[in-house]
Amino acid sequence: MITIREALRQAMTEEMRRAPEVFLLGEEVAEYDGAYKVSKGMLAEFGAQRVIDAPISEVGFAGLGIGAAMAGLRPIIEMMTWNFGIQAFDQILNSAAKVRYMSGGQFSFPLVLRGPNGIAHMLGATHSQYVEPFLTHVPGLIVIAIATPYDAKGLLKAAIRNDDAVIFLESEIMYGVKGEVPEEEYLIPIGKGDVKRSGQDVTIVAWGKMLPLTLQAVEHLPDIEVEVIDPLTLQPLDEELIFASVRKTHRLVVVEEAPGFAAVGAQIAARVQEVCFDDLDAPVTRVSAEFVPIPYAEHLEAAALPSVEKIVQAVREVSA
Amino acid sequence: MTTSAAHEQFLKDERELAVSFYRDMLFYRRFEERVQVAYTQGKFSGFCHLHIGQEAVCVGVQAVLRATDYVISGYRSHTQAIAKGIPPLEVMAEMFGKASGCCRGKGGSMHMFSFARRFFGGHGIVGGQAPLAAGIAFKINYQQEDDIVVCYLGDAAMNQGQVMEAMNLAMIWNLPLLFVIENNRYGMGTDIKRTTSIEQLCDRAAGFGMPSAQMDGMDVISTYLQTQAIAAQVREQKKPFLLEALTYRYRGHSVSDPGNYRTKEELEQYHQQDPITKLGAKLVSSGIMSEQEQRDVAAKIKQQLQAIEQQADAAEVLPLDALYEDIYSTELGS
Repeated sequence: MITIREALRQAMTEEMRRAPEVFLLGEEVAEYDGAYKVSKGMLAEFGAQRVIDAPISEVGFAGLGIGAAMAGLRPIIEMMTWNFGIQAFDQILNSAAKVRYMSGGQFSFPLVLRGPNGIAHMLGATHSQYVEPFLTHVPGLIVIAIATPYDAKGLLKAAIRNDDAVIFLESEIMYGVKGEVPEEEYLIPIGKGDVKRSGQDVTIVAWGKMLPLTLQAVEHLPDIEVEVIDPLTLQPLDEELIFASVRKTHRLVVVEEAPGFAAVGAQIAARVQEVCFDDLDAPVTRVSAEFVPIPYAEHLEAAALPSVEKIVQAVREVSA
Repeated sequence: MTTSAAHEQFLKDERELAVSFYRDMLFYRRFEERVQVAYTQGKFSGFCHLHIGQEAVCVGVQAVLRATDYVISGYRSHTQAIAKGIPPLEVMAEMFGKASGCCRGKGGSMHMFSFARRFFGGHGIVGGQAPLAAGIAFKINYQQEDDIVVCYLGDAAMNQGQVMEAMNLAMIWNLPLLFVIENNRYGMGTDIKRTTSIEQLCDRAAGFGMPSAQMDGMDVISTYLQTQAIAAQVREQKKPFLLEALTYRYRGHSVSDPGNYRTKEELEQYHQQDPITKLGAKLVSSGIMSEQEQRDVAAKIKQQLQAIEQQADAAEVLPLDALYEDIYSTELGS
């Protein structure tokens, strides 16, 4: 059993041993051992040439990583959190996502931009953001969100080897989550989701921190067989896996941490009704954050976010 | 050596290079004029920013570079792309949106790229090229190569935050990166004096402890000689440098801009310093090139450009299937 933190570190370490073009750059990644200790010990193994502390200049160092990728290196750029990564959106959207297309396919962007996404606990609105609704919207980017050590390691290794820009979403309150990881090397294919729990009655799609929350909610529904799907890659989305499940269960709930307006769950709901309309026995239902800046006060924050109770209620409604 | 003595020495030692400067600058001037005509004839659309008046910067700076050095720029980069080795036909075909364009017609006037020629764009967001330039220079150091990167910036890019971030990164990581500001005095229609808190843009460098200099961007021999010394320093010391070229664009910000924010007197004053006329006169007076030879060069360029425009015009566009090509390197998922 290892933690997500260790799984991410193993992935980066193994890939850096394998390919000299891979390096890690971000705020506090080297001498401080990482703001969340994900890169602990990596400076000692790889040295300051490959594990590099950056100044607080997110658009600058993200752009530097993107430029280095254009020129042939394979950077891992750590965002201390994606709240700060928003500073780098210009480079991510205009350079990493578009230059391959605008150059007629001449350039590749083999880099990973990774870090914690979503809401932690009582950090206030600027530190409680989720970037997947913004970044899945952009052609040219791959967006991955992980919730287990197994998925974290296999997908981060695949992301580092991939030749396109990958947005890799973690959670600061999940770095300590433990799980089994094989001794031998493995990769998880990008673009493939995973059935986390099989069931016949209702499909729930959930990713990131919403996956453990959903699995917890399912424990409160002993009378309903719930199938839980983690898409893992949000862009490109494994639609076929979701469609196949809905054709079996005829009911779908999407759980996401962001406000629902124009978010990933809205896209999944739209696609399922387009493709699986005749299979549905109930409207596709979404559990998402309230449409508010995430508040600081504990009770207000809790009220804004998806919860076990809200998920249970949604499943009961679609099953009625 | 005084500037004029250095120029005289250059004309003595580098006769062929001087002639090539004249030919290249005239080619770029006529190329851009032809682009403007094609635009007004409706042969292509979108935004189109011409480099007319700023030829000495492009020619002088890029003559210094090795083929393996990198150039990255903003959206006024047709001639810089050609100077880095992209065939002019591919640049014109790109503007015309053709499959034979250097980006298959997917970039357009503002987005010229060539991986093979190490021309890394052609970037449409003011200052967006600066962090990318730092990344290319980072790669050079990481792999212990001895190339350098030239990053062109417009004067108005000197007020963009990410340019400042890139300059700091270039200093702390000792990047072989030569920033060249093409100060044509106007950010679109706004006089740089109204938008910038300092007189000399190269003074921004002091805030980063970066060496800097100004140069006469209307004189190709000056730009060449000054860049030659500075580029050698950047290469040798692996340290960035901020070089400000004082220049002027004779046309509007883009093809659709009549440039009413400038006075006739100002424009006339800069026409007196036209880099092509000035070099032409020097070549005649120093006996390197006669007026007739210059007329012959002009006639040849006219013919070349006619052929280029005809070919670009006649070229095919991409099939519609190409809409979905070039987004990702690999097919993923379902």
